Amino acid sequence: MSIEVKNLNKTFNSFKALHDINLKVETGELIALLGPSGSGKTTLLRIIAGLETADSGDVLFLGEDARGTRTKDRGVGFVFQHYALFRHMTVFDNIAFGLRVKPRNVRPSENAIKFKVNELLQLIQLDWVGNRYPWQLSGGQRQRIALARALAVEPKVLLLDEPFGSLDAKVRKELRQWLRRFHDQLHITSLFVTHDQEEALEVADKIVVMNKGRIEQVGSPQEVYHQPVNKFVLNFLGNVNLFHARIEDGKAYVGSSVIDLPNASKSAKTADVFVRPHQFEITRSAKDAASLQAEVIYVNPAGSIVKVDLNTQEGDAIQAEITQDEFKKLDLKKNDQVYVSLRQVTYYEFDI
Amino acid sequence: MSQVRHESAIIKWGLISIALVYIGLFLLLPLAIVLTTGLAKGFAVYFKSLSDANTLAAIRLTVLTALVAVPLNLIFGIAASWAIAKFDFYGKNFLLTLIDMPLSVSPVISGLIYVLMFGSQGVLGPWLRDHGIKVIFTPIAIILATIFVTFPMVARELIPLMKTQGNDEEEAAMTLGASGLKTFWYITLPNIKWGLLYGVILCNARAMGEFGAVSVVSGHIRGLTNTLPLHIEILYNEYQFTAAFAAASLLALLALVTLIVKSLIELRFKHELRFARQKKQ
Repeated sequence: MSIEVKNLNKTFNSFKALHDINLKVETGELIALLGPSGSGKTTLLRIIAGLETADSGDVLFLGEDARGTRTKDRGVGFVFQHYALFRHMTVFDNIAFGLRVKPRNVRPSENAIKFKVNELLQLIQLDWVGNRYPWQLSGGQRQRIALARALAVEPKVLLLDEPFGSLDAKVRKELRQWLRRFHDQLHITSLFVTHDQEEALEVADKIVVMNKGRIEQVGSPQEVYHQPVNKFVLNFLGNVNLFHARIEDGKAYVGSSVIDLPNASKSAKTADVFVRPHQFEITRSAKDAASLQAEVIYVNPAGSIVKVDLNTQEGDAIQAEITQDEFKKLDLKKNDQVYVSLRQVTYYEFDI
Repeated sequence: MSQVRHESAIIKWGLISIALVYIGLFLLLPLAIVLTTGLAKGFAVYFKSLSDANTLAAIRLTVLTALVAVPLNLIFGIAASWAIAKFDFYGKNFLLTLIDMPLSVSPVISGLIYVLMFGSQGVLGPWLRDHGIKVIFTPIAIILATIFVTFPMVARELIPLMKTQGNDEEEAAMTLGASGLKTFWYITLPNIKWGLLYGVILCNARAMGEFGAVSVVSGHIRGLTNTLPLHIEILYNEYQFTAAFAAASLLALLALVTLIVKSLIELRFKHELRFARQKKQ
């Protein structure tokens, strides 16, 4: 089922949470709403669920206006950050709840319910906890049960509000992949909120980057990471280093380094130059005019890539990433004097 | 090391002793005196004074008052707590203040309010007279006054409980297709049942024991508008000490039973109580 949001606005007291939001989610997509706290992503999710009402604008499910429909009739499955499992019911009763509260004429028999619940427990690989209570389970287990409970009523849309926010890093990573595989199996239109850009990049088909109640960019993980439309998106997704530069005559002057930028302005301008950690090259001797002199402050070789922190002569701090092979060839140590070249940059010009 | 532990043990037991002495002096001693004085002339006299017509009428009126006031305050308490804990609305703080008011206002004033409203010189006096309705100096006034003084009991127990539990479970129930009513019945109610029970116990104890407010509106008509507390006062003023203390022992027993029931609940369901008070997990 597709979701469309048109010109949505929402204000809480005097705080404008959503400014004119427009978004389309196609059937079967797994979309991430990504942004910092206060960006409006959870508000948007809750309005789609019917848990909040927008001040103005439309919410359409499969082209039909959902604004008059109450939450209970929207057919949305919702997974909360803190699970929201019914504390006084067993796991089995929790999952069965949605089926048991159906109106009498559409309610399945108790046997059918039992079958469905057990099927779901097997799907989430927790078929042995049926008789336990939520407080007897770990966070990761509770979240999987919350998901099973939402799926029991066969929702047309699955909405997840920071589903892994309360979990340990390791469990978070596991459940992330698990969610991805799950979605590949079931193909339910899914929308999840997160402030973790790594999570969004890893799991989603499409990412909606939000900031201060507006949508900054909508695109595939590839697009938002490599082709950010503005400074905010660039800065928010992945690590990035910022340099202040002067641009003139198609060249950028970053400290003592001169970088050729064929598309840059001919007239004098200032610029913010952004470089991702893997876009640096570290060499022992100056490579060309674009090389910056720098001192190695810290090396962290633990991991698949080596993280190197450096300080340039001008005092700019650089966080670079190089491969294990490059690291071995260079034999970097703390306090080494090296040269850093900017292999690729993204820049934004300003008038002086 | 052991000196520190020794000292804090002294402080610990010292504080406990002070608390026990305090309770013993101001709670247990009076209760014991009431019971022994009531039984001073033996069981036969005790039961005779309790089966006096006016005493029985007083007991009946007390029970009737509780039977009306407690359920009504239960419903009101649940409704008010639900609104306050789960929603934001203008006037919320004002409502909270109103709910707390009967606790801070002198019971005499609470009774006086009703006289000023429904008395013959009161605001609604002429209207009531024209329609032949009497409120003040009837059991109706007693029930109204009792409702007023006991209505915070359930609400004050439920509001913090519902606030701690949050809205998540109710919202989850709604997304799963449950109507408001079903959500309340299957999700909210089981979560607050212990708070409700406490509230009802407190409400009942206060309803049966209320003196000040009821005294103002009752008219003290023997056999008709006397609750047990009022009746005890009358007996005492007429120097019928044994009868007075016999009747008073009933209220004392009520207090004891209330405490015992409360403690039993806490003991038996300690685990579930702690867990109902948990924050949203």
